[in-house]
Amino acid sequence: MSDVAARPSASPGRLVWNRLLRHRLAVVSLLFLLVLLILSLAAPWIADLRGVDPTATDLFRRFEPPSAEHWLGTDDLGRDLFQRLLDGGRVSLLVGVSGALLSAVIGAVIGVVAGYRGGRLDAVLMRLTDGVIALPLLPLLIVIAAIDPRKIGVPVELAQSETFSLYRIIVIVALTGWTTVARLVRAETLSLKARDFTRAAQALGARPGRIMFRHILPNAAGSLVVATTLSIGALILLESTLSFLGLGTQPPAASWGNMLTGAQELLQQAPILALLPGLLIFLTVMAFNFLGDGLQDALDPRSERRL
Amino acid sequence: MTRYLVSRAVQTAITLALMSFVVYLLIGLMPGDPIDFMIAGDPKMTAADVTRLKAVYGLDKPLLERYLAWALQALQGNFGYSRSYSQPVLAVLWPRLVNTFVLAGLAFVIAVAIALPLGIWAASRPRSRSDYLINLFCFGGISTPPFWLALLLITLFAVKLGWLPAGGQADIRPGTTWWAALADRLRYLVLPVLTLTLVQLGGYTRFMRGAMIEVLRQDYIRTARAKGVPETGVRWRHAFGNALAPVLTILALSFGGLFSGALITETMFAWPGMGKAIYQAILDNDYNLALVGLLIATLATMLGNLLADLAYAWVDPRVSIEQSA
Repeated sequence: MSDVAARPSASPGRLVWNRLLRHRLAVVSLLFLLVLLILSLAAPWIADLRGVDPTATDLFRRFEPPSAEHWLGTDDLGRDLFQRLLDGGRVSLLVGVSGALLSAVIGAVIGVVAGYRGGRLDAVLMRLTDGVIALPLLPLLIVIAAIDPRKIGVPVELAQSETFSLYRIIVIVALTGWTTVARLVRAETLSLKARDFTRAAQALGARPGRIMFRHILPNAAGSLVVATTLSIGALILLESTLSFLGLGTQPPAASWGNMLTGAQELLQQAPILALLPGLLIFLTVMAFNFLGDGLQDALDPRSERRL
Repeated sequence: MTRYLVSRAVQTAITLALMSFVVYLLIGLMPGDPIDFMIAGDPKMTAADVTRLKAVYGLDKPLLERYLAWALQALQGNFGYSRSYSQPVLAVLWPRLVNTFVLAGLAFVIAVAIALPLGIWAASRPRSRSDYLINLFCFGGISTPPFWLALLLITLFAVKLGWLPAGGQADIRPGTTWWAALADRLRYLVLPVLTLTLVQLGGYTRFMRGAMIEVLRQDYIRTARAKGVPETGVRWRHAFGNALAPVLTILALSFGGLFSGALITETMFAWPGMGKAIYQAILDNDYNLALVGLLIATLATMLGNLLADLAYAWVDPRVSIEQSA
């Protein structure tokens, strides 16, 4: 008994972290993602150290088997496959994470405003959310990805730059992700706004904006984190699909999706070119899903007494 | 009930109208227009020809005016011609709608038939080895890029083993008897249906498992067990029906989405369905076809939503349709 009393009480964050560490798959996933993140961020330095240029094509050295110079061999244009995979990983992670964060922000604002304000505004916002959910998203995203930025007044140089194509795909994938978050946050807000601490804040004269963003949203943070983690995986899948179709990340920039575009023809000659990018998408998406699942269990107090 | 259906019909009509306008605008923003294709196809065309052609197709008018003209025609049931097929749009889309219905329907039925029992099986032994394996399999299914899965299946079964065709819909000369023709059709269906089934299976199984676990925690289940109802009875008589309501909603929603969601599978296996038609139409600047195809896909999704709500009210008598209208 004295033992229990002597133990310093752990902070809620610490408790969640400890519970997460007990989820073996989530820990493995987290490690995998960290390694991937570090490698893909360090890709330019790794390329320098190895003395290879990932963009340099060499048509005399196509489809080379793995060697000391090209660790995983070369692709159909003679580029180093290992470096291309790292570059592709950076794009996938960047698009997935920023897309998910952007959808989390859009979804959280819409959800908390709809839930807190209620009434007609709530009805309009939720109709909008339901409407977006009811749309045939994939073909619609293809239309949006296919539009010519010059026709909406984007200057030519900007429209053709790599950065623009990256921002564009991030916005496109975020357009699908926010609906889940909005519904989730709205549901949480409805229950949180009836709680005593919200009522106390109201009684003290706090403005609605302060209540929504300082009192309600932080309390919905747990489910927000889970939803965002899970949506990173989904958005990476979406990015790879659009890039595979030739509408996402544009070559010569590498992405795991566009590395597979021509892979169907290459399967006979160099199966590794078709297998590795797909396998990396699969593993990364899976890792984010496991991590999200682990976080959900760790954040859900009921999971302790789950059968 | 009638009032509810009427209000839903009005909502659907408004959504479709909004959707058609937005898509019309977006398509107008895509690079090139039909005349550019004609110019590319005929180098002898003069600037005067181009202006005349733009006038013939109405492309010299402002976008809003063009949309209103299109909408007026569409309201009279005239959806225009597909540029790449030189046929009325509906004549092009109808057989594709049927093809998608066959592909998506088969995959959906198979996926549901496997997912529901599998989810219940896993839910009744939570944290066991089989639950763990099923969970792993589900996550694998959710995380696989559909186009990559199709690629692997084609490589394995069509290229390496040569058992099944890699794509298409039927042999040029399928056998003489009707059953030989049917067998031929089925051979072409195996790989696309397998792909689409695997893509959906994981999600459905997890929904069923989650819903069942949630229900098995309820007090009335404890009561039933305490009364001495055998475990099979608890599971099927007391739990299943209650767990089904949320799952049915998800299922109906995703079935509507399949009409366009099969896009990747259809494209990979050259299956002439709606998704592939819409995708191809977007690439080919076939405005009318892309627009009407997207509207039909939206309609399908919305009918799926309606079905989801009706199914919910049917399974769970506490939900009143009239109130939500």
